[in-house]
Amino acid sequence: MGKTIAEKIFDAHLVDTPEKGINVLRLDAVFCHEITTPVAINDLEKKGKDRVFDPDKIKVVIDHVTPAKDSKTALQGKILRDWSKRNKIKDFFDIGRNGVCHAIFPEQGFVRPGATIIMGDSHTCTHGAFGAFAAGVGTTDLEVGILKGVCAFKYPETMKIEVEGSLKEGVFAKDLILHIIGKIGVNGATDKVIEFTGTVISKMNMEERMTLCNMAIEAGGTSGICYPDEKTVDYLWKFIESDFGSKADALKEYSKWISDEDADYAQIIKIDASEVVPVATFGFKPDQVKPVSEFENVKVDQIYIGSCTNGRLSDLEIAAKVLEGQKISDDVRGIVSPATPEIFKQALDKGIIKVFMDAGFCVTNPTCGACLGMSNGVLAEGEVCASTTNRNFNGRMGKGGMVHLMSPATAAQTAIKGYIDNSPLFKG
Amino acid sequence: MKNFNGKVLFLDRDDINTDEIIPAKYLTEISKEALKPYLLEDLKLEGFNLKDIEDSSVVITRGNFGCGSSREHAPWAFEVNGINLVIGESFARIFRQNMFNCGMMAVSLQKDQIEMLFDEFAKEKDVYIETDFENKKFTIRAGSKKKDIVFSISEFDSKLVKSGGWLDFADKNY
Repeated sequence: MGKTIAEKIFDAHLVDTPEKGINVLRLDAVFCHEITTPVAINDLEKKGKDRVFDPDKIKVVIDHVTPAKDSKTALQGKILRDWSKRNKIKDFFDIGRNGVCHAIFPEQGFVRPGATIIMGDSHTCTHGAFGAFAAGVGTTDLEVGILKGVCAFKYPETMKIEVEGSLKEGVFAKDLILHIIGKIGVNGATDKVIEFTGTVISKMNMEERMTLCNMAIEAGGTSGICYPDEKTVDYLWKFIESDFGSKADALKEYSKWISDEDADYAQIIKIDASEVVPVATFGFKPDQVKPVSEFENVKVDQIYIGSCTNGRLSDLEIAAKVLEGQKISDDVRGIVSPATPEIFKQALDKGIIKVFMDAGFCVTNPTCGACLGMSNGVLAEGEVCASTTNRNFNGRMGKGGMVHLMSPATAAQTAIKGYIDNSPLFKG
Repeated sequence: MKNFNGKVLFLDRDDINTDEIIPAKYLTEISKEALKPYLLEDLKLEGFNLKDIEDSSVVITRGNFGCGSSREHAPWAFEVNGINLVIGESFARIFRQNMFNCGMMAVSLQKDQIEMLFDEFAKEKDVYIETDFENKKFTIRAGSKKKDIVFSISEFDSKLVKSGGWLDFADKNY
């Protein structure tokens, strides 16, 4: 029997099997941010274990509330900053150089095919886009990861989602993943790895694959995962050039992770891409999804474009295409947050930031911001936000607020109209 | 080992998420104790009263409990309120792992067993659970009504509960 990509990664990282079906894995990287790590740091200090398993394998960023909004968030940043310094962690991204964790770490080349990664953040599944096993964990798992470089997981069952055909013009990775979650439900993939395959995924660029994998957790998935291919190698080339003689060599090496043809799957779901249309969520769960065309005069108060799901350059480019030469409705406020300083700079160079500003958007620094209602962009009671983020839970963006998840194209058009509407990019 | 006995709080809904258990705005706290007043603050559920948390030690709920964020603040918010045991039909992976990592328990029962618990006990005034950890058995009582329920958790989870969590276990073994 062949193996899936996740099984190959597990087998290559196995440290111990404390019980049949439970694997303790060696970690290639532990990512940290200022919300879930300080408690782990304090606890390690209290227990006299203030050390790290390997400072080069720990990557740290302040991203959730940045710049700090009050004394408490300033303290969280300080704990992280001081800890990184005393443990000689050199990859620490402080204010000015910081961006949303799941955007900046791939951008820095920290994610490689076949790697094992954990972070105290549920959207860590994003990094599976590179053919890595990347999972969100709690603070205790993070603490053990920091101290010992290991984490325990159930041997992974895999749900394979094959997307064949081609997406209609104006239908994006975000529409596809919302469509999938709508189909399988918020616990459709619980305890499973979701493997995204098929011609549509092969055609996607790395940013689109990250959008897909980012939301695997919204269906309960442990990790999303795509096969490494030429696009993965191209994206990583500047970081791996010295490790390989040629791109072909890198591709050959990375291809060994790809699932075997006779691998065993818990479930296989086939999706005809031509059936997917632009969608948005309508309730308080990410699986409450319907076509944008079925939203009748659903007015919004705020538009938020950004986050680890859709705050990358191609997302901003698509939104700017819709916004070019347009003004947002007088009845809404628009907020855009490029996910990293590099994305911000490129968006500036390409004139994208100007399009947003001319349209009437507020441009904020890279941060998780409004997505989880922790800092800028919080909703008032009864307000509605059209958002490119990943979670629409009741109160997520502020108590009594309502969030509709959608693609950057739909969000941009919604900003212009003041109500949820299909962008002209969709010709369907 | 933590206490797994006491009064039951019924939360009758699927998909209760971590933002409902502890809203993100309180994640700026760096001590577990500070989370105490905010447990389930945003949960809108018919029949649920925030005051009910006060004397409860066990939660019985439905499916996919704890979905959403990875925040261990969710188990911690239960822990500092004296609730170390959540019984449900199913759990989100990270929440479940976080519970056992803290030496707490998230125990799945069959759908019909959960139905039975809600049908027969949820409307009773004072419902108590006693846990026989060695024999993996819950005894649920309300007045003269009593039911025994056998449960199972993995050997590994059992070790985590006994050793008080994953950190101590991992530190000893790896």
